[in-house]
Amino acid sequence: MKSKKFSWKKVIINLVAWTAGLIWIIPFMGILMASIRPQRELLHGWWNFEEVNISFENFGEAWNHPTAPIGEGLKNSLIVTVPATILPIIIATLAAYGLMRLRFPGRRIMLVGIVLLLSIPQQMVAVPLFQTLLNFKIINTYQGLIITHTAWGIIWITIFMRNYLTTLPPEVEEAASLDGANRFQIFTKIILPLSLPGLASVAALQFTWVWNDFFMALITLYDPSKLVATQRIPLLKGQYSVDWGILSAASLLVTAIPLLIFILLQKYYVKGLIGWTSK
Amino acid sequence: MKNRLKNILEVVIFIFPALILLLIFVIIPAIKTLSLAFLNAEGQFVGLQNFSDVLLSSDILNLSRFPTKSPPWGAIIHNAIWILIHLPSVVALGMILAVILRDAWGGNVIKSIIFLGMITPMVVGGGIVSFIFDEHSGIFNGILRALGQDQWVRSWMVYPDTALLALIIGSILLWTGFSLILYSSGLATIPEEWYEAAEVDGANSLQKFFYITVPSLKPVTITVVSMSLLWELKVFDMVYTATGGGPGGSSTVLALRMYSLAFRALDPNKSAVIATLMTVLTLAIGIWLARSTNRMQE
Repeated sequence: MKSKKFSWKKVIINLVAWTAGLIWIIPFMGILMASIRPQRELLHGWWNFEEVNISFENFGEAWNHPTAPIGEGLKNSLIVTVPATILPIIIATLAAYGLMRLRFPGRRIMLVGIVLLLSIPQQMVAVPLFQTLLNFKIINTYQGLIITHTAWGIIWITIFMRNYLTTLPPEVEEAASLDGANRFQIFTKIILPLSLPGLASVAALQFTWVWNDFFMALITLYDPSKLVATQRIPLLKGQYSVDWGILSAASLLVTAIPLLIFILLQKYYVKGLIGWTSK
Repeated sequence: MKNRLKNILEVVIFIFPALILLLIFVIIPAIKTLSLAFLNAEGQFVGLQNFSDVLLSSDILNLSRFPTKSPPWGAIIHNAIWILIHLPSVVALGMILAVILRDAWGGNVIKSIIFLGMITPMVVGGGIVSFIFDEHSGIFNGILRALGQDQWVRSWMVYPDTALLALIIGSILLWTGFSLILYSSGLATIPEEWYEAAEVDGANSLQKFFYITVPSLKPVTITVVSMSLLWELKVFDMVYTATGGGPGGSSTVLALRMYSLAFRALDPNKSAVIATLMTVLTLAIGIWLARSTNRMQE
């Protein structure tokens, strides 16, 4: 493969590869084109370039849409996503370390239990969760959705961080405990700094998943002004006549944040996805 | 005594926050849902009555239409068809593209393009899929027109016999990035010498693919298969945006029925049955995955 010699195999591989690239980029090109061109030009297909007028009006209209302003949705999504990323990371990393180092009754059951919880669908908790949030008077509040995402994030982050922590050399901990440091000091001074790459992976994935979540938001937030960004996409689409320009602009705005996370933290993102699913 | 107290304090600090949140917001709600599945609206125990009601309802399993007539066939059949088409497609596409893109010029750029589908929120994915299949603005119909296949040109999402299929095709496009990334990293772990040895023995590219690449990627395949199965069973967001399960329930899925029964029809008991059925299936897959990865590590 590495030789510069012409070979038919190489031609075919590149041809297939670039055809695949074309097929997969077309849907996103479509969204991009629809967002920056007027509706009448889209009626003959966005791939028609006889008359091209570029404007960013659709972004403005999506941002300030009368029924589902996406600007407000992005703000709400940030209000939910930032704490719903930080809180589960702190709580789950504590638990992961505790499950690894502490000896207490029920430790094994808890570990196996959390692994089993990994495969529980969110649908299994939806109705009673709604009741619980109602009883705590945090239904239809950001706090309610944040704590829901936190609990849900704890499951996978605990398993992920436990696997990650077992790869750290135990000697550093032993040295510190000989110096008289207690568990909590060892955790904050030694374990956390050593875990930074793992925590970066967790943060990238948890942030993306919370931001992209739709189901949990749908059952916890229903005040029109409180809806997060993903909840506003179906509202913008409507049922019969769709304004593809506004929907596309809104879609790009909502996708921009996870895309940015992916670009900035690509290495950690991919490592997390691979380490998380296949160890 | 002091040591014991210290130990209890450590457990309280490290374990309790996670344990309490899991109990209140995951474990107890899940147990409540399980019990709801066996109760009627008045809270009396009714055995498997709800299960038979749900399984006999046409929106879940419609054997009078399946397979002789067009959809709706019921959510269980729709999810099963989703799995039947989506699963082999993403496994095959992910594996083949990983091999091709490893050797292609600009392969990493193409990988990132394909992975865009995984970064996109699935609600947005539902919008994208509707757009692709729209009668006038959609590129799929544009291509059909260019090929002279005008009899197929239509908004695929608004016809009962094509809505589900269009959704599934769209979901393959969005989900292939996942299998591709996993297979790409799996390929990097196969020793180059194996291929060289095969070449010495006179193996061609296809033989190398089927006798070295595919078996070596088995652990990755297990992960891809189980994660994809979990997603296919739980698919919700993109159906909600694209069709809302319609037209006439022809693209509805289990998660959507669960949501509609609970929060629209206000029938938590029947909705709990669907949630329980989903959990039985996803748990079985999760346990299978855990056992196969354990066996691999031994």
